[in-house]
Amino acid sequence: MNPITSSYLQDFWRPGAWLLTRDHKRIGWMYMASITFFFFIGGFAAMLLRMELLTAEGDLLSAEFYNRIFSLHGIVMVWFFLIPSIPATMGNFLLPMMLGAKDLAFPKLNLLSWYIYAVGGLFTIATVIAGGVDTGWTFYTPYATLFSNSAVLLAAAGVFVVGFSSILTGLNFIVSIHTLRVKGLAWMKLPLFVWAMYATSLVMVLATPVLSVALLLIGLERSLGIGIFDPALGGDPLLFQHLFWFYSHPAVYIMILPAMGVVSEIISCFARKRIFGYRGMVISILAIALFGFVVWGHHMFVSGQSLYAGVLFSLLTFLVAVPSAIKTLNWAATLHGGQIRFDAPMIYALSFLGLFTIGGLTGIFLASLALDVHLHDSYFVTAHFHYIMVGGAVTAYMGGLHYWWPKITGRLYPEAPARIAALTLFVGFNLTFYPQFILGYSGMPRRYYDYPEAFEFLHIISSVGSVVLAVGYLLPLGYLFWSLKKGELASANPWKSSGLEWQCPSPPPVDNFVSPPRPGEPYDYE
Amino acid sequence: MSSAADVQAPFSAFPPAASDYALQVDHLYLALLVVSGVLVAVLVGWVAYSGLRFRAGGGRVSKGRVWGGNKLEVGFALGLLGCFLVFFLWGGWLYLKTYNDPRSMLTINVIAKQWMWKIQHPSGAREINTLHVPVGQPIRLQLSSQDVIHSFSVPALRLKRDALPEQYTQVSFTAKRAGVYRLFCAEYCGTDHSGMRGKVVVLSPAAYQRWQLKNAQPRSLAEEGAALFKAHQCSACHHEGTHAAPKLAGLPGTWVLLQNGQRVRADDNYLRRAILQPQSQVVDTYPASMPAYQGQVSEVELLKLLAYIKSLSAEENP
Repeated sequence: MNPITSSYLQDFWRPGAWLLTRDHKRIGWMYMASITFFFFIGGFAAMLLRMELLTAEGDLLSAEFYNRIFSLHGIVMVWFFLIPSIPATMGNFLLPMMLGAKDLAFPKLNLLSWYIYAVGGLFTIATVIAGGVDTGWTFYTPYATLFSNSAVLLAAAGVFVVGFSSILTGLNFIVSIHTLRVKGLAWMKLPLFVWAMYATSLVMVLATPVLSVALLLIGLERSLGIGIFDPALGGDPLLFQHLFWFYSHPAVYIMILPAMGVVSEIISCFARKRIFGYRGMVISILAIALFGFVVWGHHMFVSGQSLYAGVLFSLLTFLVAVPSAIKTLNWAATLHGGQIRFDAPMIYALSFLGLFTIGGLTGIFLASLALDVHLHDSYFVTAHFHYIMVGGAVTAYMGGLHYWWPKITGRLYPEAPARIAALTLFVGFNLTFYPQFILGYSGMPRRYYDYPEAFEFLHIISSVGSVVLAVGYLLPLGYLFWSLKKGELASANPWKSSGLEWQCPSPPPVDNFVSPPRPGEPYDYE
Repeated sequence: MSSAADVQAPFSAFPPAASDYALQVDHLYLALLVVSGVLVAVLVGWVAYSGLRFRAGGGRVSKGRVWGGNKLEVGFALGLLGCFLVFFLWGGWLYLKTYNDPRSMLTINVIAKQWMWKIQHPSGAREINTLHVPVGQPIRLQLSSQDVIHSFSVPALRLKRDALPEQYTQVSFTAKRAGVYRLFCAEYCGTDHSGMRGKVVVLSPAAYQRWQLKNAQPRSLAEEGAALFKAHQCSACHHEGTHAAPKLAGLPGTWVLLQNGQRVRADDNYLRRAILQPQSQVVDTYPASMPAYQGQVSEVELLKLLAYIKSLSAEENP
């Protein structure tokens, strides 16, 4: 096989060509298949929750089962879908091409990180077989260590293991961006997607070990009875929350920064406009990654941490919102004077813009201390983080998937069903989650299996919305599969994009570039 | 499961406001709704306008950038930051006002356990999943948990506070409108988390007096504590004029010098530890002779002992 002329997809049906591959593009595929599997498991769990919540009484499931299902939903969606989503699929696939390289810096490490992910995934599947875990994705102590009668150790082991896969991916990306840029590709000429991957990787490498430590301590306390979080043994239950959120707040930026990168590429390309304020965008990305590390205490305003710590964390949280707002301004300004096309990726990007803005602004509500006291652990919080993680991160993932589909597969996706799916998702998402803001302010607490009847009407709307949302996610599963065989063959650059990755053929050969690429200015559309 | 204990009230986007504070929180919420509503409307309007005006194939070609990039970004950032600071100060001021209220108040103890709320009034009256309070009187709730973390949440008061094991947390409020309001556990606490619901009954002063009379107990919390104090033979060392143990009358709220050189405030959390694990904080100049009572006194008995110890100071300085 000639690495310069033959498509990386040759030998498609030989398992060894996948399981032993070191090609970043194939590893990207393997991640895509695995996270899609987990996405639909997590989605199925979400549908069960919404069906139970159709009525105020607990009737469909038992309380115990409901708690295990929402825990499964959270754990699977956060660690087995969202965290790896864009970095491990599109990041793996595109980063080397955007740098003008043949592969990542450490191809074997890249394959190892997928295997580690797979082992973590097996632990999670084992957790389900063992009857599930009922701690929520947050594993709060002392519930998780002393009181829960469920498979806490298995679940924590899965999350512990999968953490190493993000650390290795992050490390690989950082080294690749530093060392593999093609001649002429200066830092300030990098696409914003690459900057986003860089910032995300820094957060992955620096924050994930803290989560690993916290989970390890849970394991020690639960299995050996060492008093770390148990106050009766001199431990401190709030210590766990500090450690957990020291990772899990930055983890939100692990999910949203890549989404911001994807959206920057799409908006600029489909508006045929240079991105507005490139330098401001780069500074904002780095500022978000940095400030993201010092706001964890805003998850603990009612927990009993010092009141003055609460005040400081509130102030820092307001500050971290500023760079996100600048990015939103710049995306909006990029539209001005463009030649805008509304293909499916652009519909997703504009959905992202609206949903992310609502998610961000409701974050400001939660940063305001007195308001957070009322809204904390209510459906307002549930709605807020779904606007960021689903409305933001998943919408951008879908947009990116469609945008780069021709490059990844060498086939075009069918445009009409893709637009219908994008609009269905937008409508379904808002129908599902907007009512939850109202529910939250009116007093509906999170993680409730049954609830006072007064809240029933809005829960019904939300459940109906979730069905629309489910249809919106099943549609692409269908037509994208269809396009693999029957889709129109794609040219090298169907969107006339200025990105380096489009200088490779579609699908790219094993070594990506036929001749060394020549980088110009980023977003050279005018 | 759901209906029996629930307060029957229709849905309302704004829950009933049982205190002045609740209305102040609503004002903050409304202000943020207006500001963010305007921002979202501007964004949506702008995207719709650009989509129509600059649609590909529309025949209009516009070139170059329109405004100076840096100036727009910096101006926008500063404007937004100013706006954010207003909300920061507003929210922070209300927060400190609630959680840091120094006034002396009627203190009611709340003990959370899987899956119920136990309320212990200073009069000795006890309730489960229901809290009766009078209108107009500042109330401080002192929360603790017998097992996992729970959170005492009353939407009508816009209040919420976690109840932690082996530690006291406080929250205070002054109800202004009589009524029956929902009480929830807001922190996930296991299987029956959603069943941990109850109500807060705010009564007019006259009705509250009637309730108190009806629920009168032979002994107050402090009197029960006095009996326990004797039964556990605490008085053998902690008696008038002794040098074997620190004097308890007048102790609560003062600063104490420990043997390790640390100065700590003798608040309820200190007193609690001093009973359960006295070796962890021996007072300077006293022998470390007190036995640990961990596992020997229950959560409720602790509250009684604390009430008794605090009542000693009141006797000394009436």
